Amino acid sequence: MNNALRATLAFSFMALALVGVGLYQSWALSLTILNLCIISSVMALGVNIQWGYAGLFNIGIMGFAALGGAAAMLVSTPPVANAWAAGGWNILFSAVGLIATIIVATLVYKNIPKGRLRSLAMIVVLVTGYLCTRYFFDPAVSAIESTDSAKTGFLGGLGLPIILSWPVGGLFAAGAAWVIGKVVLGLRSDYLAIATLGISEIVVAMLKNEDWLTRGVKNVNGLPRPVPYELQLQQSEWFTGLVEKLYANSLAGLEGAARSTVLKDALIEASSIFVKLCYAGLFATVLLIILTLCVLALNSPWGRMMRAIRDNETAAEAMGKDVTGRHLQVFILGSAICGIAGAMLTTLDGQLTPTSYIPLRFTFLIWVMVIVGGSGNNLGSILGGFLIWFVWTEAEPAGTWLMTFLTNWMPEGNAVKDHLIQGAQHMRLFLMGFILLLVMRFAPRGILPERHAH
Amino acid sequence: MPETVDMLNALVLFTNFVLIPGVTYGSQLALGALGVTLIYAVLRFSNFAHGDIMAFGTMITILVTWWLQSVGVSLGPLPTALLALPFGIAATVLLCLFIDRYVYRYYRSQKSRPVTFVMASLGVMFMVNGLVRFIIGADDQRFFDGERFIIKAREFKKMTGLNEGLAIKTTQGLTVVIALVLVVFVFWFLQRTRSGKAMRAYSDNEDLSLLSGIDPDKVVRTTWIMAAALTAIAGVLYGLDKSFKPFTYFQLLLPIFAAAIVGGIGQPVGAIVGGYVIAFSEMIVTYPYKKFWNYLAPDEWQTSSLLQLLSTEYKFAVSFMILVIVLLVRPTGIFKGKVY
Repeated sequence: MNNALRATLAFSFMALALVGVGLYQSWALSLTILNLCIISSVMALGVNIQWGYAGLFNIGIMGFAALGGAAAMLVSTPPVANAWAAGGWNILFSAVGLIATIIVATLVYKNIPKGRLRSLAMIVVLVTGYLCTRYFFDPAVSAIESTDSAKTGFLGGLGLPIILSWPVGGLFAAGAAWVIGKVVLGLRSDYLAIATLGISEIVVAMLKNEDWLTRGVKNVNGLPRPVPYELQLQQSEWFTGLVEKLYANSLAGLEGAARSTVLKDALIEASSIFVKLCYAGLFATVLLIILTLCVLALNSPWGRMMRAIRDNETAAEAMGKDVTGRHLQVFILGSAICGIAGAMLTTLDGQLTPTSYIPLRFTFLIWVMVIVGGSGNNLGSILGGFLIWFVWTEAEPAGTWLMTFLTNWMPEGNAVKDHLIQGAQHMRLFLMGFILLLVMRFAPRGILPERHAH
Repeated sequence: MPETVDMLNALVLFTNFVLIPGVTYGSQLALGALGVTLIYAVLRFSNFAHGDIMAFGTMITILVTWWLQSVGVSLGPLPTALLALPFGIAATVLLCLFIDRYVYRYYRSQKSRPVTFVMASLGVMFMVNGLVRFIIGADDQRFFDGERFIIKAREFKKMTGLNEGLAIKTTQGLTVVIALVLVVFVFWFLQRTRSGKAMRAYSDNEDLSLLSGIDPDKVVRTTWIMAAALTAIAGVLYGLDKSFKPFTYFQLLLPIFAAAIVGGIGQPVGAIVGGYVIAFSEMIVTYPYKKFWNYLAPDEWQTSSLLQLLSTEYKFAVSFMILVIVLLVRPTGIFKGKVY
C-alpha cells in the first residue's frame, strides 16, 4: 500500500470516528475533541521537526506550551492600573537591574583573562546585581500582590487581541529554546532531554508561584476571545434567522410558547457549535500554514541537509555542515511551534490555569503522537495527533465502562470493586505506554512512514 | 562580636535545618543516582523510568507494610517498612528483569542507538506510572511508624540549655546508615568480586570484554538487580522520610539525573558526590537565614526579612542551575564521566 492511499484511509477513518462521536454522543463534544486534536497536531508537528528532521530529543514540551499559555494571558488581559501604580516602577527597575547584571557579567567574562581576578570580578558583579534586583523586586511584588488580591493582585497584560499572542507565544518559546540550546546542544543527546525536562518544570513552577505576573494558582479567568460569545450570538438577529432556517423542520407547525422554547434550545445548541466551528477554522488555518511551511522546508536543500545530519552527523560535519548550529536552529523552530500551540490551547480554554500543566499530558502524550504517527513524516504527526488525542479522551469513559463491566460479578459496595473502577482512569497512562512500546517494536516507522525520496 | 551562646545557637540552627536534612536528602539522591549511573555505565542509556520504578518498589513495600501492620507485626522503635523492604526489593528486581527481557533486550540485539533505548524507557515510565496509580492511587501516603525521633528538640534544649533545639529523626538516622552500608557494599562488589569486575570490564570496553569470555547476559542481569535494589531502597527511604506520592517520585528524576551528571555519568563515585552536591545546594539556597543572621549580627543589624535566596518552590531550579553550570564549565562532570 503506498503512502498516499494509507494517509487517505487513515484520515477518513479519523473523520468517521469524529462523525461517530457527533452522532452517538453529541456534536459539541465531537467539535471539542476536534479542536484539541488540531492543537495536539500542531504540537506534534513541532516535535516532529526536532525529532524527525534532526533527531533532537526534547522532553520539555510542557514548558514551551506553558510559555505560550503565559503569552496568551499577558497579551490579552487588560492592564491593572492600580497594580502598575503600586509596583510598576519597582518591577521595571528590577528588570533593568537583572538585564544590567547579565550584560556586565558577560562583559567581565569576555574581557578579563581566565584566572583568579575573573572569578573574583564575576562573584562581585553577580552578588551586587542580585542584591540590587532583590532590593527593587521584593517591595514591588508585595505591593502588587496586595492590590485587590481577591480580584487582581497581578500586573495584568497589554489588553491586545488574543490572536496576537500566538506568534508572541512562539517567540517566548523560541527564546527559552535558544538559551537551552546554546548550553546543551553539541553535548550528548540525552543531556538535551534532561535540560528540557528541567526548564519545563521551572517554567511551570514560575507560573504557579509568581503571583504578581500570572496570579499563580488563583488562575486568570475570562481571557478575551477571538470569536463571538454564545450569548451575543443568541441575541443577534442574523444568527436567530440562520437557526430558524436550519431548524425549520423541528420548528414547523409550532406556535407561541412552544415554538419559543424549541427555538431557545436550538439557539443554545447552535451557538455553542458555531463558536466551536469558529475556533476550529482558526486552528485549522494555523495548522495548514505550519504544515505547508514544514513540507516546503523538508523538501528544500535545507531539509536535505537536516536529514543528512540526522542520518550521519560525522559525515555531514566532514562535508562542512555546522551540525550544532543547524541543531540549534531546528530546536528553536520546533519549540516555537509548541509555544504557538500552547497559546492556542489557552485561547481555547479562555483561562490560564498553571496547575493544568502536567508532563504526562503535555510532553509524553505528544511523543506518543509523533512516534505512532510516523516520525519524520509531517502528515504522520498530524494523524498521530488526531488519533492519540481521540484515544486519550475516549479511553477514560471506555476504561471506566470496561472496569464496571468486568467487576459486574462482584457485590455492590465491595471495596475492591470501587477501587478498580476509580483507578480505571489511570489505566490510560498504562495503555499509552503500551501503545508506544508496541509501535516502537513492531512498526518503528509509525503508521505513515517517512518517504525516502532523497 | 556575638556572644558564644549566640554562635552556638546559630550553629545548632544551621545543623538542624540545613546540615542534617541535607545529609539525609543527599544520601537518598546518591542511592538513586547510583542506580541511574550503573544502568548508564553498563547498558549505555539514561533510564527515564527510574523515578517510576522507584515509586513501584515503594508501593510494594507500603502494601506489605500495611499487611504486616494488620496482622500485628512490628519492629518496635523501628519502622515496620524495614521488614517489608525485602519484598519491595524483590518485586522491583523482578519488574526490572521482566522489562529488560521484553523491552530492552530486543533493542540490544538490534544494536539500536541510545536514544531508542531512552524512548523505550519513556514507554516503560508511562506503563509503570499507570500501574502504580492504578494500584495505590495518586494521593499522598504516609507509612512511617515506630519511634519518630532519635534526639528530640526539647530534650536537646534541656540538655544543653540552648535556645535552639536539635532534632534527629529516626528516618534520617536510618537513611544515612543504610546508604553508607550500601555504598560500601557497591564499591566492594565492583572492585573485589568477579561479577563486579566483569561489569566494569563490560562498561569500559564491550568488545574486549566479550572476547575475554564475559557473559553479557549475566552482566546485564547483575546490573539490573543492583540498580533495582538501590532504586527500591532509595524510594522507601525517601518515602519514610517525607511521604509517598507517585508524582513526587516522577519529579525526583530531575535532581537524580542532575546528581549523576554533575558527578560524571557512569561513575559510581560521581553519583554519590553529585547527590550530596545537589542536596546541599538545594538546602543552602532555599533556607531562610533570618534567625541565623539575627543570632550573629549586632543589634543594629537585626532584620525582619526572610533572607532567603530562593523560595522552596524553586528547589528544582537549583538542581537545574547546577546542572547547567557544570555542563558549561566541565561537561564531563566532576569525576570524568563517559560522554559519547
